[in-house]
Amino acid sequence: MLKILFQIGKQGIRTEPTPDLGSDFLLPAHRLRNEILEVLGRSLTIREVDTGSCNACELEIHATNNLYYNLEGLGIKFVASPRHADMLLVTGPVSRNMALALKRTYDAMPEPKIVVAVGDCTINGGIFGENYACCGGVSKILPVDHVIRGCPPPPIELLKGILTAVRLRYGHPAVQSK
Amino acid sequence: MQIADFTFEPERLATPLPIWRATCPASDWQEVAHAVAASGGRLVSLWGCDRHDGKAGGYVISAAYATAEGLLCLELLLDPQGETYPDISASFPYAPRMQRTIADLLGIVTEPMEDRRPWLNHGAWPADYFPLRHEVTGKEAFPASELQDYPFVRVEGDGVHEIAVGPVHAGIIEPGHFRFSVVGEKVLRLEERFGYKHKGIDKRFEEMPAKDGYRLAGRVSGDSTVAFSWAYCMALESICNTQTPARARCLRALLLERERVANHLGDLGALANDAAFAFGLTQFMRLKEDWLRLNQRLFGHRLLMDVVIPGGVTVDLENAGISELLTQCQAIAKEVRNLRAIYENHAGLQDRFIATGRVTKELATMLGLNGFAGRASGVPADLRADFGMAPYSGHDFKKVVHRNGDVASRVAVRFDEIAESLRLIRLFATELTPGEIVVPLEASAETKLGAGWIEGWRGEVFVALESDGEKIRRCHCHDPSWQNWPVLEHAVMGNIVPDFPLINKSFNLSYAGPDL
Repeated sequence: MLKILFQIGKQGIRTEPTPDLGSDFLLPAHRLRNEILEVLGRSLTIREVDTGSCNACELEIHATNNLYYNLEGLGIKFVASPRHADMLLVTGPVSRNMALALKRTYDAMPEPKIVVAVGDCTINGGIFGENYACCGGVSKILPVDHVIRGCPPPPIELLKGILTAVRLRYGHPAVQSK
Repeated sequence: MQIADFTFEPERLATPLPIWRATCPASDWQEVAHAVAASGGRLVSLWGCDRHDGKAGGYVISAAYATAEGLLCLELLLDPQGETYPDISASFPYAPRMQRTIADLLGIVTEPMEDRRPWLNHGAWPADYFPLRHEVTGKEAFPASELQDYPFVRVEGDGVHEIAVGPVHAGIIEPGHFRFSVVGEKVLRLEERFGYKHKGIDKRFEEMPAKDGYRLAGRVSGDSTVAFSWAYCMALESICNTQTPARARCLRALLLERERVANHLGDLGALANDAAFAFGLTQFMRLKEDWLRLNQRLFGHRLLMDVVIPGGVTVDLENAGISELLTQCQAIAKEVRNLRAIYENHAGLQDRFIATGRVTKELATMLGLNGFAGRASGVPADLRADFGMAPYSGHDFKKVVHRNGDVASRVAVRFDEIAESLRLIRLFATELTPGEIVVPLEASAETKLGAGWIEGWRGEVFVALESDGEKIRRCHCHDPSWQNWPVLEHAVMGNIVPDFPLINKSFNLSYAGPDL
């Protein structure tokens, strides 16, 4: 036990400051959590569904939960059931074998049903393309609020993308004026 | 090359590891399989292709066998009208899923075929549509059909019930279906059903230029991107008869070991988390993040995608980078040693790890368990050591083998492999031969078979490529998860349901890799 406590104490707090979302969004980064509370009235909950990725996006989504990015510290957490989720995070092109499961996951979600597509192949199938087994992009199946580009997008881009999607849906002034 | 009574006159491919190709008549197909199995060999991969050329040619079934001498790629040429071939599952009990895949994609079945349930075709395309045949383009799209029932094997008896999990799992995990038959908490049987991620990669290769195929191969299973892109490049380089420069070989091996360490670090954390020891997750995720950030700084990509290219690598290491690398290896080695001591002294953790999900050496050998999981069950295969491959051969590489075959044993192998990989990375980095990091590929006169065989972090990755150096006629990528998934079905038997995530994580198999 002593060794564990010593290890924790030695590391201290390693969480890094929240990323600056750029001048489009005129809010200081430290207000992100409050903003999520303002627009949703609660934490943001996310259900992740992989519909055919190569699994690299999953690795990077996992990384957002590490102590450097500390997603939960911002009031954002991943949940096990779509019925508890505000946001659906979809990775990979949509394989035809997963199209129905994706639709059902979406249908099971309560409002606001925000859909964020993660990775270049969610746009149009990317390197995998469209064929007998692959429908291509996520927008073929669901209305997509926001796409986070990258192959795979690094954690910091994931974080920015998730927050951007919330702001887009709730009409942040900086976005509406664009 | 001699296997029992069969003498082949195989052609040696121009690969750094010993790989041969030969043809085999249908009458010998089963006997050869039997002889390979009897001599302790393994079935590495099984795939098929369409080589009809007008009225000539026919379908071809290929098998890659690992023997003590190296890898033998055997081709079985069917008659122009032939649509069946002999079943080898009596020698290799893990062959049926691969044979079912060939049936789904090429419409060629074994005779007899005990399990005729489709594997990849879940009803998204018609049962008489075979994407790997020449007469189709692969671009056909079909309207979604009714959901098809998949007959899982039922276990019956007093108090037996089923737990159905997936394809969408309760976490950030790839999709697949697990059907547990349980009594109370005890798992009597697990049956897996995959194919949800099938996106037609085999067919997709055929429309790519050979020089770009490494990018697709590197996305067969993202966590093994270095292993797959290297195997692809090895195959293409063997076709083009091109030797990579020594510096590139050394850098490739360095990248492969960095990929191994990254995955082991992540999984060691996740394993503790599955045993409710969140401290372990937090600590190892921190180390992994530090590791990936250095990947980004030195090689331009956190997961090292697209760094290994045909002819060499894209990024060289400068002196400043090397010293940063050495410092990090030293720091991580120390931290991992400390954390290992904490893991080993933690009674709760050890209670969950020890004797859980045990795979005996006999079972592992019978089912072809490979990679670090195989080595945790006493199967001593490791391509880095077995065939004197450069640059591993010059560095007194120590193969890590444990015997118990339980979760604790797989954890121990991962800890030991991290230490060994860190040692290798330091050696590779300090002993980089001066010279080029990439050379242009030479032209190939004809379309022929090339092969790549690499010990990835999870197990042996294999790529078979038929190409003339420009166009791809056929490319098949094989992930070690093909062999290892069926072993998981056995590993959970008799364990309790809550131990499944732990056992599953201790193997951490790929869904994307075999689904293709």
